[in-house]
Amino acid sequence: MSTFDVSTRQEDEQFADNRAPRHRSSRIWLGVFAASTIVCILALSALMYNVINGAFGLAAIEDSLDRATLAVDGVSIEEQSADQLQAVLREHVRPAMVRRLETERPFAERSREQLLGVVLETVVQPRAERTWPLDDSLLRRRAIEAEHAADFPGTRLEFVSWLSPSFVSRPQSGVAENAGVRTALLGSLWTIAITVLFAFPFGLGAAVYLEEYADHRRRINRVIQTNINNLAGVPSIIYGMLGLAIFVRAFEPFTSGAFMSAGDATTANGRTILSAGLTLALLVLPLIIINSQEAIRAVPSSLRQASFGLGATRWQTIWNHVLPAALPGILTGTILSISRAIGETAPLVVIGASTAIFVDPSGPFSKFTTLPIQVYQWTSRPQDEFRNIAAAAILVLLILLLTLNATAVVLRNRFSVRY
Amino acid sequence: MAVSIAAQMVTRRVDAPAAEDLALEMRGVNIYYGDFRAVADVTLPIARHEITALIGPSGCGKSTVLRAFNRMNDLIPTARLDGQVLYHGHNIYAPDVDAVEVRRRIGMVFQKPNPFPKSIRDNVAWGARINGYKGSLDELVEASLRQAALWDEVKDKLGDSGLSLSGGQQQRLCIARTIAVRPEIILMDEPCSALDPIATLKIEELMQQLKSLYTIVIVTHNMQQAARASDFTAFFNMGEARYGYLVEYGPTNDLFTNPKDPRTEDYITGRFG
Amino acid sequence: MSVIMASPEDAQAAPLAIGAALRRRWRPAEAAIEVGMFAAATVSIMTTVGIVYVLSREALLFFVDDRVSLIEFFGTTQWQPSIGFFGIWPLVSATFMTTAIAMLVALPLGLSVAIYLSEYASARMRGLLKPLLEVLAGVPTVVYGYFALTFMTPILRSIFGADVVEIYNTASAGIVIGILVIPLVASMSEDALHAVPNSLRQAAVGLGATKLETSVKVVVPAALSGIAAAFIVAISRAMGETMVVAIAAGARPHLTANPFVAAETMTGHIVRISGGDLSYATIDYESIFAIGLVLFVLTLGLNVISGRIVARFREVYE
Repeated sequence: MSTFDVSTRQEDEQFADNRAPRHRSSRIWLGVFAASTIVCILALSALMYNVINGAFGLAAIEDSLDRATLAVDGVSIEEQSADQLQAVLREHVRPAMVRRLETERPFAERSREQLLGVVLETVVQPRAERTWPLDDSLLRRRAIEAEHAADFPGTRLEFVSWLSPSFVSRPQSGVAENAGVRTALLGSLWTIAITVLFAFPFGLGAAVYLEEYADHRRRINRVIQTNINNLAGVPSIIYGMLGLAIFVRAFEPFTSGAFMSAGDATTANGRTILSAGLTLALLVLPLIIINSQEAIRAVPSSLRQASFGLGATRWQTIWNHVLPAALPGILTGTILSISRAIGETAPLVVIGASTAIFVDPSGPFSKFTTLPIQVYQWTSRPQDEFRNIAAAAILVLLILLLTLNATAVVLRNRFSVRY
Repeated sequence: MAVSIAAQMVTRRVDAPAAEDLALEMRGVNIYYGDFRAVADVTLPIARHEITALIGPSGCGKSTVLRAFNRMNDLIPTARLDGQVLYHGHNIYAPDVDAVEVRRRIGMVFQKPNPFPKSIRDNVAWGARINGYKGSLDELVEASLRQAALWDEVKDKLGDSGLSLSGGQQQRLCIARTIAVRPEIILMDEPCSALDPIATLKIEELMQQLKSLYTIVIVTHNMQQAARASDFTAFFNMGEARYGYLVEYGPTNDLFTNPKDPRTEDYITGRFG
Repeated sequence: MSVIMASPEDAQAAPLAIGAALRRRWRPAEAAIEVGMFAAATVSIMTTVGIVYVLSREALLFFVDDRVSLIEFFGTTQWQPSIGFFGIWPLVSATFMTTAIAMLVALPLGLSVAIYLSEYASARMRGLLKPLLEVLAGVPTVVYGYFALTFMTPILRSIFGADVVEIYNTASAGIVIGILVIPLVASMSEDALHAVPNSLRQAAVGLGATKLETSVKVVVPAALSGIAAAFIVAISRAMGETMVVAIAAGARPHLTANPFVAAETMTGHIVRISGGDLSYATIDYESIFAIGLVLFVLTLGLNVISGRIVARFREVYE
């Protein structure tokens, strides 16, 4: 720093020469602030790394039923024809199970590969004794091989992708190696469909009312607005308890489907997809309202005035001018709310997601499980392999959310109206 | 140095202050925002303990030139300057110069009063405190408020928020705040344009009192204000390529009664601007 | 519709026709739509009424039961319903503990990120970092729970020793909740900082202040109410967080000051009890509503305070 030595001013002695420490402290704190940002980036990276690490890796696999015993005339099970595989199935699998498989899809219609898959899953039943994370599997392979040879004789060391196409298409199962997320995925989709069906019209209607019709000097409207803002901050588990008491218990005749004679009469209760969807609808309603309000508010008043000036009614103005202009914002807000709802776990656990459900949901009155609930249940189990499939399920969930949010961005750009 | 400046100035005006009487001096300064040249080739002296007014039609770069004197343009990422701005013979745009110190010595009062949302006392004391003032802050606050002709009006309510004052009082508070860091030069960017005529008059009277202690450079679009309140005037105009340039500089009386450049005369007589 | 030109005869009849034409028309469709919209808006009121009613009713049933009293609920420190102990403090203290740890993480980091984004970062940096924060905010909480159990706990165990840190503990849950809440603190604080008018920054710089002095001594104090509101909302959010504690903090109500042991929070307890087989009209069922009522009152109180702070100091600079 150059000094101004042409100083003729006595006042200069009145100021301490503190510029160097001030500049130094300025630089240090800039470092602190930047470092905080880096910590956030690191946290997100650690999260992704951790999940991916769990979803792929080496495993010590043992067949419950040794494959070799299934060989026919020296032909190993992998080489056998479709007919031979069918014979194996009928011989080794319980009749009830065979019936179930046949109802799902007759053996005659399945390809050889599919039959082989079924045989492996139901007859051979490979089990993982121990699994290792991805980074170890790639970097410490030797050490793992040694450990495998020492502690897990009788098993073979295989690289397993817990996240695989079959993982997505297989139904839920009590056995980790056989489990898939199909049941949960369908449950999530059904639930969300119901949520949007109820929350979107009510949310949009409320937003239109508050922005276009309501006189904010009147007390009732201020109360409604404050109320919505407060509801947005209520913990999601409280919504679960509300849903439990109202939809599951009080409205049981409706939500269980009994009044429509849908659903199995013996086990009918209110813990259905309908209850779940309605509960989530209440949860996201404040979010949709607030987002839509902002979108509607952003439409310039000049547009409305032009419409009124031509003699249009209020509803005509809203329907023909305001809503189309606000549409991108409304859509984005709705999709963000859907993302939030898909990830919600606590309220649905309180309502009573099924812990043992293996059948795909068939309608709003089915018992349900959702993707995040599967993750919760699998994470809570102590065995290694359940962690692995939990990680795989997390990846499916994240991919679903990513797709949804990307769609939101695309829709927003596509529907942007220039006004 | 004195000879060359005088020589440069002969082409355009009369009676420039002598070199040793200069507080600031701009030499051949061009200011760019990105690729756009906003101000072209300005050479301008600022006399010590005098009031220099920068006048001209709107958009001709007067504020940009003013803000170049205390490196406020640095806050705009695309702004750059070539040429020299000399403070006591030192170019304040030299790479090793600390802009923070420049701004303590060359203070600024803005167009719209912008006191901090702190008490009146804290408003005045803040700048001095962070610059490490070693004396008594209370005495400094009183002295600055007195110099800014605000002490009598606020002496009983130093703890009140600075925002509780009227517009004219807020502007004088901003002046007091600037004075408290003991600058040599005070730059004023249209300080009265947001004020009513009575408040404006008070500020103009204040400027005359402050002149004996500080050097003042004021941008104003109000010609009458420049004519009655300043000692030297610089008239800027806008060129065809939309850059601002200095047309004429001289003692105010001379410039207004006997302008050398026809463009100056046109502006003063109101034919444009 | 053909254009009808007015003829001179029409002009005679015009005044009466105009009067009639101008008379206010009853538009039933418009009225119905407005009523419909209003009805939609009242759903939100019904939700609040529902929440208050449901929580209060079951909580009342809970307190009316002979086995429980208000004094015991708020006065004793053991929660073991199976043997008749209903003191809420273990659950509340675990909630406070995870929240406190979360705030230790989230408040400094969130505010620093906000200051960086608002005062220092270039437009390009901001364009990279804000989506990043949105991604962090969009990750479902159950994923954070998995992260707490499978990543954070092992790290804590390796730092502090496996005999000091239990597998289920409130520290790793608290830290992960803190990470989860950072985007909330950062975005609300950044909005508050952004709203401070530029003229204040220029005034500070004009007095010879460094960037740090401008940011920390002028801008942050001016935005203080918004930042305080952000902090309070963050606390409320952390208190209501369920899945992270359900997965990582443990299933044992336990009054302790040790963050390295298992302790069940209010939300974790509700989820655990209702996840199992729960018959209606049992004391267990009613107890979760009593806990829920306490949680609701706490979080609602915090949110209301936060809203008041923002509203009161909104126009402080102009």
